[in-house]
Amino acid sequence: MALPQAKQTATEERLAVLRMPDAGCTRKAREAALERLRQMGLPGRRDEYWKYTRPDTLISADALPAALFVNDESPMFDEFDRLKIVFIDGVFSPEESDELSLEGVSIDRLEDICCKDIHWAKELYGVLEANGQNPVPRPLAALNTAFASDGVAIHVTGKPSKPISLIYRHASETSDAILHHVIRVESGAEVTILENGPAASRFNKCMEIDIADGGTLHHVRAQGRDHQRRAATHMFTRMGHESVYKSFTLTVNGVLTRNEQVVELTGDDAVAHVAGACVGDGEFHHDDTVFVTHDAVNCESRQVFKKVLRNGATGVFQGKILVKEGAQKTDGYQISQSLLLDGDSQFLAKPELEIYADDVACSHGSTSGAIDETAMFYLRSRGIPTREATDMLTLAFLAEAVQEIEDEALADVIVARLQDWLARRR
Amino acid sequence: MAALDQTQVKEGVDQETVDAVREAGTYKYGWETEIEMEYAPKGVNPDIVRLISDKNQEPEWMTEWRLSAFERWTKMDEPKWAMVSYPEIDFQDQYYYARPKSMEEKPKSLDDVDPKLLATYEKLGIPLKEQKILAGVEGAETAPAEGRKVAVDAVFDSVSVGTTFQAELKKAGVIFCSISEAIREHPELVKKYLGTVVPASDNFYATLNSAVFSDGSFVYVPPGVRCPMELSTYFRINAENTGQFERTLIIADKGSYVSYLEGCTAPQRDTTQLHAAVVEIIIEEDAEVKYSTVQNWYPGDENGKGGIYNFVTKRADCRGDRSKVMWTQVETGSAVTWKYPSCILRGDDSQGEFYSIAIANNYQQADTGTKMVHLGKNTKSRIVSKGISAGKAQNTYRGLVSMHPKAKDSRNYTQCDSLLIGDKCGAHTVPYIEVRNNSSRVEHEATTSKVDDDQLFYCRQRGMDEEEAVALVVNGFCKDVLQALPMEFAMEAQQLVAISLEGSVG
Repeated sequence: MALPQAKQTATEERLAVLRMPDAGCTRKAREAALERLRQMGLPGRRDEYWKYTRPDTLISADALPAALFVNDESPMFDEFDRLKIVFIDGVFSPEESDELSLEGVSIDRLEDICCKDIHWAKELYGVLEANGQNPVPRPLAALNTAFASDGVAIHVTGKPSKPISLIYRHASETSDAILHHVIRVESGAEVTILENGPAASRFNKCMEIDIADGGTLHHVRAQGRDHQRRAATHMFTRMGHESVYKSFTLTVNGVLTRNEQVVELTGDDAVAHVAGACVGDGEFHHDDTVFVTHDAVNCESRQVFKKVLRNGATGVFQGKILVKEGAQKTDGYQISQSLLLDGDSQFLAKPELEIYADDVACSHGSTSGAIDETAMFYLRSRGIPTREATDMLTLAFLAEAVQEIEDEALADVIVARLQDWLARRR
Repeated sequence: MAALDQTQVKEGVDQETVDAVREAGTYKYGWETEIEMEYAPKGVNPDIVRLISDKNQEPEWMTEWRLSAFERWTKMDEPKWAMVSYPEIDFQDQYYYARPKSMEEKPKSLDDVDPKLLATYEKLGIPLKEQKILAGVEGAETAPAEGRKVAVDAVFDSVSVGTTFQAELKKAGVIFCSISEAIREHPELVKKYLGTVVPASDNFYATLNSAVFSDGSFVYVPPGVRCPMELSTYFRINAENTGQFERTLIIADKGSYVSYLEGCTAPQRDTTQLHAAVVEIIIEEDAEVKYSTVQNWYPGDENGKGGIYNFVTKRADCRGDRSKVMWTQVETGSAVTWKYPSCILRGDDSQGEFYSIAIANNYQQADTGTKMVHLGKNTKSRIVSKGISAGKAQNTYRGLVSMHPKAKDSRNYTQCDSLLIGDKCGAHTVPYIEVRNNSSRVEHEATTSKVDDDQLFYCRQRGMDEEEAVALVVNGFCKDVLQALPMEFAMEAQQLVAISLEGSVG
């Protein structure tokens, strides 16, 4: 079917300012992605999948500027022993990064996978993204595959002694960064990936994660404090037999953030937990779009998303559990909740289930409301001032999502960041 | 029902449930009335629209209204977002108007109606004789005389064949007649309210209906009147290749109350038939309307052949403060259902309720749910939806709960449960939740363990186990709903009560 004229024009305008890198072995995958993108067109306001988030500023030819944020707090995860990989405005910085060598893992820049002939990465690039285009198109991910200018390939073969930390710095007010990472976790291997930083004034990031049988990947991400930055991120995860994937995202401010998680459980007995906590104030729009497909027996999936909103902030949740025919003994759970701290904020949710197997336990819940008056009264009656009580109840509300982080020390960092947000915004 | 007999039922789903679903799946109303019919030419165009308007002896403004709707419809696209699939409908390959020849001259009273038509309704269990009580209904003999009266408007293909108890209702000031009669007799009311809840441009099927609706029911309950009996309309599709497009308009004026029931059946045929109805309800200050449906159109055979395509727009507008509407639906029929009875809660303190049981078997597809649009302060809504799929059926709950910024202190509670019998069917939930103020509370749940906690606690305290307690609470609720239905549906209803919620998924 031909695209509507407006959509076609918007797509071509965006494509006109992009240049495909001369990336030898990924060229084919990039051209296929461009073809996909041309067929589906960039998202528009009338697209059902973008019902609650306006894609205009994510698809415009030029990125809107974002003022650089003067960091008055210590960067995240600094106290952790970790392997740092730094990108400045979407470009890998060898000077700022650690040496990319660590036992149990090999890390290469995307542009090196061809000359070094890294087979797995060449074969994975763009594949999970292409799979993830059905049944819902994700044009910004296809755009990313076609035009990503940098990224890393992380091959986990053992259990590296420390987390791999991807740090995204923002240095220019009008940076428009497109990063694409591929990660392969081999059978029995285990790794923790950390991500943080504002990245760019507009950031399009795609991560393809392939976890082999019995592999484990922990992912903790903190999306930066910059108020004016915009980001669209995609994580595509394919999971083998008895594999484990646990992802947590903290979002603190940012004018527009759309995080898509596409998880496919293809091996039996796999476990996927995807969680997120976001706190937004003022001009803030945050969208969590999650699509979990159960295509194997006896898998477990959890989606836990909590949003605290005030001063006109908007929170969006679009979650789906798809249980395919034959995916018996599925245990699927999904919760999305919002705490609206004042009357101007809004929460828009579409928590979906699509089930084609009869022996499954799937449930979902979604709530929205203000701080519970009874709980507030209880705390006040114990002599706790309103502000403090509000903070306590807010943290308690977010706790279910933060608890999805297995590493307690990492969870503490996240809680500290939340407390900081509350303190700053009183 | 061979398909269901062979289905391996998983542990936890009890036999009673399976039997009840099987029973509900055998279609008892598949016979046809042999009667001479008069058709308009096949297809739809401005001439057909004029012809329908002409047959109903409508005034010019009505004809114009229809024609402008038709004009719009030709520019609209069929909606594709529902989780249903069916072959392309050829809108020109069916009749838009069919009436029994004997109805050419409108009968002066029910005694003049063609005996064949009366026999049809008799066979369906719908008495069109006023003195008769509902035959074969347990307890009917002992019930007080007032309680068992139900006024019926019987619609056969494109025309209303008669309305009972009109005189008695008139005494109370209630107007209950076919919509075609209302357009002629009460144009001021029709003009004032028609299309104000579901505008002619609302959606593809509603617009088509606005152009070609042939008959339906009209109810007006004046201020302060509690309608002395239940009102009901019984829709029967009989003619082949004929679409039924009925239009119902209910107006409950200030402080009034009415309970309205709707039933529908059709003969068993290999070809599919289209049914696109529009129901509009207007509820003024302090008024209350209960609208109950047992939808039992022919669902097609076990191989998915034939059946009715049921594309319906139903909406209630709670205009006045403290107004209340309650939708109850039991959906067992139709090959494809596309139906979302909705509530616009405009008045402060108004309330909307939606209770639904949808059963889909064989190749049936149901995409149904509700919309609760909270505009007024302190408005309340409650949604309880039970979907049951068996065979190769697909059952989808699709709903919207919207809290507008001005709908302060409003409240919504949604619960939707699905039950799958067999591994070839599907159950889906597509809720939209939009909260635009923080004093309102919205809760959406899809777990059976979270029925009202207080009630559960009460039952548990009396020594019941959780499963029993849940069943009791939910069945208790179901009974309330089903008791509100006309007694002729009692048999069907009782079978549905037997359905337990064990083994259900969100």
